[in-house]
Amino acid sequence: MGITQILFWILAITAIFSALMVVISKNPVYSVLWLIVTFFTISGHYILLNAQFLAVVNIIVYAGAIMVLFLFVIMLMNLNKETEPQKSKWLKLAGAVAGGCLLLVLVAGLRHTEKQMTEMVTGDIGLIQNLGKVLFKDYVVPFEISSILFLSAMVGAVVLGKKEPRIPVETEMRKVEETQQAINI
Amino acid sequence: MYLLQIDWWIFFEKLILVAVIVTTALVVAMYSTYAERKIAAFLQDRRGPNRAGPFGLLQPMADGLKLFMKEEIIPMTSSKFLFVLGPMLAMITACMTSAVIPWGSTIDIKGHQVPLQISDINIGILYIFGVVSLGVYGIMIGGWASNNKFSLLAAVRGASQMISYELAMGLSLLAVLMLVGDLRMSSIVNHQIANGWNVLYQPLGFLIFFICALAECNRTPFDLPEAENELNFGYHQEYSSMKLGFYLFAEYINMFISAVVMSTLFFGGYDIPFVNEAAWGNHWWVGLIGFVVLMTKAALFIFLFMWIRWTIPRFRYDQLMNLGWKKLLPLALVNMLITAVVILLLHK
Repeated sequence: MGITQILFWILAITAIFSALMVVISKNPVYSVLWLIVTFFTISGHYILLNAQFLAVVNIIVYAGAIMVLFLFVIMLMNLNKETEPQKSKWLKLAGAVAGGCLLLVLVAGLRHTEKQMTEMVTGDIGLIQNLGKVLFKDYVVPFEISSILFLSAMVGAVVLGKKEPRIPVETEMRKVEETQQAINI
Repeated sequence: MYLLQIDWWIFFEKLILVAVIVTTALVVAMYSTYAERKIAAFLQDRRGPNRAGPFGLLQPMADGLKLFMKEEIIPMTSSKFLFVLGPMLAMITACMTSAVIPWGSTIDIKGHQVPLQISDINIGILYIFGVVSLGVYGIMIGGWASNNKFSLLAAVRGASQMISYELAMGLSLLAVLMLVGDLRMSSIVNHQIANGWNVLYQPLGFLIFFICALAECNRTPFDLPEAENELNFGYHQEYSSMKLGFYLFAEYINMFISAVVMSTLFFGGYDIPFVNEAAWGNHWWVGLIGFVVLMTKAALFIFLFMWIRWTIPRFRYDQLMNLGWKKLLPLALVNMLITAVVILLLHK
């Protein structure tokens, strides 16, 4: 067993364990923290495949930004064991069935793949130079379209998050004067 | 010596390098606390610590001993595991960045080429950026696990501040990347040795990076997570003993590391200005001199950080957010655009 294989097994077992803990943990904050561990193990897998750029971007974007926002929301709403809503039995059963269906589809999809070990630490497509060339030469149009999609989502978020226009100062002042006059009378 | 297809000599070489660099970072951070108090005293016309040892030089040891000896209190209502994890994460993320910094040129030890850099990965800058973005967790987890409203508020403040300033920081780094054309830290330094320091081409980018570094380290004027007149003591209010010490210490390590990163990215790293050290040949002392030069540059930056802390008052929170999102971010975007256009015109 080479070093890559040992690393692979360690990473794979940690990934599955932490992914399970995301679901099992009672406290949402712990779930998010386990999810961060999962992202780290996935980044480790990327590094084993020599895709260093993907690995570090995965950490920057998911672990560094999105999960922080998750934590934000959960911490500010003060969710914990007590406030977790109790779902009905039928809803739980439906969830289990739906999850089982997904598992079935995944297993069926993977059943006919070629039984061949993925080549580890070979291939340079994940390195940033090659990835950049592929993205900006072969896939320029989809890449740019997806960036426009992101931009529009951002603009939408800003528009939605904007405050309601406040009452102009003058009308407020007039109201104050009116009340003062009313008090005087 | 091969086992499991690893060259164990390289392993031991790197292990020694890691130990030396982390120790250096810790010692520098330790004496930064002393320097901070001395500089504060100088700026306020006082004497500063002068009781422990000559000129008070043993003061950091005395402080450390005091922190270790204090009673350790873990609040009853806190999440105990996360409460302990918080300061650990703060220390780890503070130390991790040092892995990709080139601390000196390659030195020659009995035919062995030993680069004074732990790992020269081809995504060096992005790695630094990734570790910086993880620095939020130490604060957030610590603040939340304390189960104290002030701690939580301070943690949320700190995290939103760090996320906001990361954007401008990343954009100012992009301009440097365009200039150099490589993400490797070693090639960034080599490019600067050949073509002059980046700060000459990117003065605005450096300014933005510097301001963001202040915000990322939670230093004044951006030390809102520790604003004691609003939040009592900030996110480490419930911490005592060495756990508190680790939080305070992590700030100084962060400061040292960001000073080194700034000298590496914008001020030529271990390059000696106006001297062609490549002509000196490949002696071991050339690498050491490079290391000393890098440390001198970092020390100047640390002094600048402290000077700012004892000169400028703290921002209000809305001022901080306005500066980050409405001023620094557009400025960094414009800087990036201008850099791109100039590079395009020069290449044609």
